[in-house]
Amino acid sequence: MNFTWFSQVAAVTGVSLRELPSRWVSSAVAVFGIAGVVMVMVGILSMAAGFRAALSETSDPRVAMVLRASSTSELDSGFSREDTLVIAESELIARGEDGSLISSELYVVVDVARKSTGTSSNVPLRGVKPVAMDVRGNVRIAEGRMFSPGLNEIVVGSGARNLFAGLDVGSTVTWGTNTWTVVGIIEAGGGVPESEIWADLHSLQSAYRRGSSVQTVRARLASEDDFQSFKDSLTGDPRLNVSVIRERDFYADQSRLINGLITGVGYFVAVLMGLGAIFGAVNTMYTAVASRMREIATWRALGFKSSAVFISVMTEALTLGLIGGLVGALIAYVVFNGFQVATMNWTSFSQLTFAFAVTPGLIKSGVLYALLMGLIGGLLPGLRAARLPITVALREL
Amino acid sequence: MALVEVKKLSKEYKRGVETVHVLRDLDAAIPEGDFLALMGPSGSGKSTLLNLIGGIDKPSSGTIDVGGQRIDNMPERKLTQWRAQHVGFVFQLYHLMPMLTAARNVELPLLLTGLSRSERKQRVAAALALVGLSDRAGHKPKELSGGQEQRVGIARAIVSDPSLLLCDEPTGDLDRKAGDEILDLLDGLNKEHNKTVVMVTHDPHAAARAKRTLYLNDGLLGTEPEA
Amino acid sequence: MKYLPLVLSSLSRKKLRTLFTLLSIFIAFLLFGYLAAIKAAFTSGVEVAGVDRLIMTDKITIINLLPYAYKNRILATEGVDAAVQSTWFGGYYQQPRNTFAQFPVVAEEYLEIYPEIVLPDEQRRAWLEDRGSAIIGRALATRFDWQVGDRVPILSPLWRNKDGKNIWEFDIAGIFDAGKEGFDTSGMLFHHEFFRQGRAFGEGLVGWYIIRVTDPDQSEDVARRLDGQFANSSNETRTVPEKAFMQGFLNQIGNIGAIFSAIIGVVVFTLLLITGNTVAQSVRERTSELAVMSILGFSRLRLLSLVFIESFFLAIVGGGLGLLVAQLLVESGGDPTNGFLPAFFIPGEALWAGVFLVLGVGLISGAFPASRALRMQHVDALRRAA
Repeated sequence: MNFTWFSQVAAVTGVSLRELPSRWVSSAVAVFGIAGVVMVMVGILSMAAGFRAALSETSDPRVAMVLRASSTSELDSGFSREDTLVIAESELIARGEDGSLISSELYVVVDVARKSTGTSSNVPLRGVKPVAMDVRGNVRIAEGRMFSPGLNEIVVGSGARNLFAGLDVGSTVTWGTNTWTVVGIIEAGGGVPESEIWADLHSLQSAYRRGSSVQTVRARLASEDDFQSFKDSLTGDPRLNVSVIRERDFYADQSRLINGLITGVGYFVAVLMGLGAIFGAVNTMYTAVASRMREIATWRALGFKSSAVFISVMTEALTLGLIGGLVGALIAYVVFNGFQVATMNWTSFSQLTFAFAVTPGLIKSGVLYALLMGLIGGLLPGLRAARLPITVALREL
Repeated sequence: MALVEVKKLSKEYKRGVETVHVLRDLDAAIPEGDFLALMGPSGSGKSTLLNLIGGIDKPSSGTIDVGGQRIDNMPERKLTQWRAQHVGFVFQLYHLMPMLTAARNVELPLLLTGLSRSERKQRVAAALALVGLSDRAGHKPKELSGGQEQRVGIARAIVSDPSLLLCDEPTGDLDRKAGDEILDLLDGLNKEHNKTVVMVTHDPHAAARAKRTLYLNDGLLGTEPEA
Repeated sequence: MKYLPLVLSSLSRKKLRTLFTLLSIFIAFLLFGYLAAIKAAFTSGVEVAGVDRLIMTDKITIINLLPYAYKNRILATEGVDAAVQSTWFGGYYQQPRNTFAQFPVVAEEYLEIYPEIVLPDEQRRAWLEDRGSAIIGRALATRFDWQVGDRVPILSPLWRNKDGKNIWEFDIAGIFDAGKEGFDTSGMLFHHEFFRQGRAFGEGLVGWYIIRVTDPDQSEDVARRLDGQFANSSNETRTVPEKAFMQGFLNQIGNIGAIFSAIIGVVVFTLLLITGNTVAQSVRERTSELAVMSILGFSRLRLLSLVFIESFFLAIVGGGLGLLVAQLLVESGGDPTNGFLPAFFIPGEALWAGVFLVLGVGLISGAFPASRALRMQHVDALRRAA
């Protein structure tokens, strides 16, 4: 390899790229095919990424959840007031301005109509004290104000407000015999609280005749590394029968099945479709080589190396792949990014809202995949061009 | 009685804004059993005349009569049928189907007839024997020499037994020896099988093998090279 | 079929290209069938819902329980033919990710209301006789490789039994199949009496009621009558047709059907565009051959049909194989979730749609080159070849 070799490559490649527009129909088909694959792949995987992000990635690793032993969801957990007091004794819990960052919570499910279909959906209604916001760390009031303790007031997650009917600030909703007023909208960086409705713990306890019992306890630890000691101290306490899990792991477990399903389908479709797109690219590149037969032979007759010819074909194929990849990723970004949907969280029998997330990582893998398709698509035609006997090619056409 | 008779034949086409007159009020008659060579410089319209007689092109005006049938005003569907029955074409570049064997190539025109498989096979064998290629029946065009390819082309032209054979530069792409073999073959078809042969050529050596030669110049027909 | 060698020869002209084309059509239809099956898995509950069945749940939320005492009042309601209670048991096998549906029901009543459950007679008898036994769906049996006679422990976080444990054990008395394609066979049914006597709490409460009406046309009236009866009690009810109930569930999952339809659309469209281009290209390269054949006396109609035979051949072989392999894959349990989906099959309509699409591919990918063949001028075509 030396300077002349590079200038050879540059010369042959320059001509082949300049001629690209003249073969635009078959080039466009190849680009379109690759773009379609990248769009579908990035689209499906962005759904999985959004789902994952909503469930676990937004949850602070310092947040620990305490459930009754063997419970798999908040629905089937339960503690008496005494239990919560024992849990609150832990030294490892962080302290905020108003005392320990520990939140006892009640979790019920209520029916709300979906805006899009008008059919009823099960939306989580969580009874908390205002400290719940500081325990999670990422929850803030986006609109209106927090509910006042003791009143039948609720704050609604922004995702729930967008997808379900009648949850704007100022509206009232009736569940059973109780009527509630929406006083605020909460945001949580795309996390789970955005799918929920929060009410004052004591108001909810009395509305649902739960006395002073709660279902889960969340605690914010002083340090992320304290989790194991916190867990050991509670599970080892003879007064308690609990299991302790990081909130983000708890949610990750819940998302595993759906996440696996979406990701599996996404890769399955992407791989099979990618094969189809590679056929398209191979076909296009064969046509390109065939139409350049005489030109290629002329280069070779002039003394240009066959490797320079090969590189020029590969460059053309990779260019098609790159364009296709970028177009596909761009379309996926425009169409899917931020697209908000609600789905069933099977473990808690309630709705989870999340937004498709076309992440830089997904765009990168989409474009890389497109380049791979271009690479494979160019390989055989490139070899054929490089191996073309000069005399035969000059006689062709 | 002439097999082919053209009267006041004109052909023009547009090239951009200007109109090119290829043939102008041409009259000609080709008797049955003739072996006619058509000569003339490039662009003189000799191939156009051949295409018109063979019914693969339409005149701008004038009449073409072949074997007592007017073909200049025949509708496309009928013309196609007519070609299949009455004319055999031989091309300069042979135009064989590259993926078909010699025998399958020769069989093509017979697919348009109601002949049974065995009858078709018989006819193909006879045609290939006539051009001396019985031993090459199973070969694909790629495996044949240029002369052999052209002989397959001739076998295809005669297999459905048309009375008129139209050859466009049949030796144009061949060396002298192979060209002579093709001319021998055409000569034999003319003399022994009573085929009327019209051959476009620019090679005087080839033209010399014909019974007579006509020269096309500037859209006009004459018996001398310089009209 | 005297033209067969002709068609085969043009297909074998560029073997690699023909192979690629066949493969992309094959893949397009494999994906079509496979995605249709996934879509059906989510939507089939709605399709197979019985028109004569109503579901009664608590008005506020499905997780609230209803009194068992309602059953007699439901049965006494005008227009009601039969009713059976069921409850969400919410258990799993060995570990939480092995979650599946278990329902305690009254066996005789449930089997009568759900004729879709196909159970061999001796297994049916065995289940009815043994109050501690359960029957499981075919998909569930496949998922955990359970056989009749197995004893399986199920852990229900929701329901503690009188021993203070959450582990319940069941003998499998039978395996049921779906009498109607799309019927859910991913769950387990056991005896309500066993559940009632075993549980540590919840006496007198059940999850919901499945109600059969005498006349499906009257079901809305019956539902209104039923809900009216329990209005203003501490447990108000909501009764909806089974179809609406399933649809509600489906809506909660999100618009899965639409998402999958969109994916199927993009996938098939993209791949077919590629295919169409390839077929068109191969015909374009053969323009001079078509011209020669036309000169030899092949009519345009005949050339047209040759082009179409070729494109249909590719479509039918590639697409047919794709659909067939998709069907085989789906039948042999290619369920990507390994038994979580309630049903996994390619619905008949989707197969028919696939067949029509195959023919459409043949038609469209042949149409462009065919129209070219139709408009071709002999002289031009030959000159281009020379």
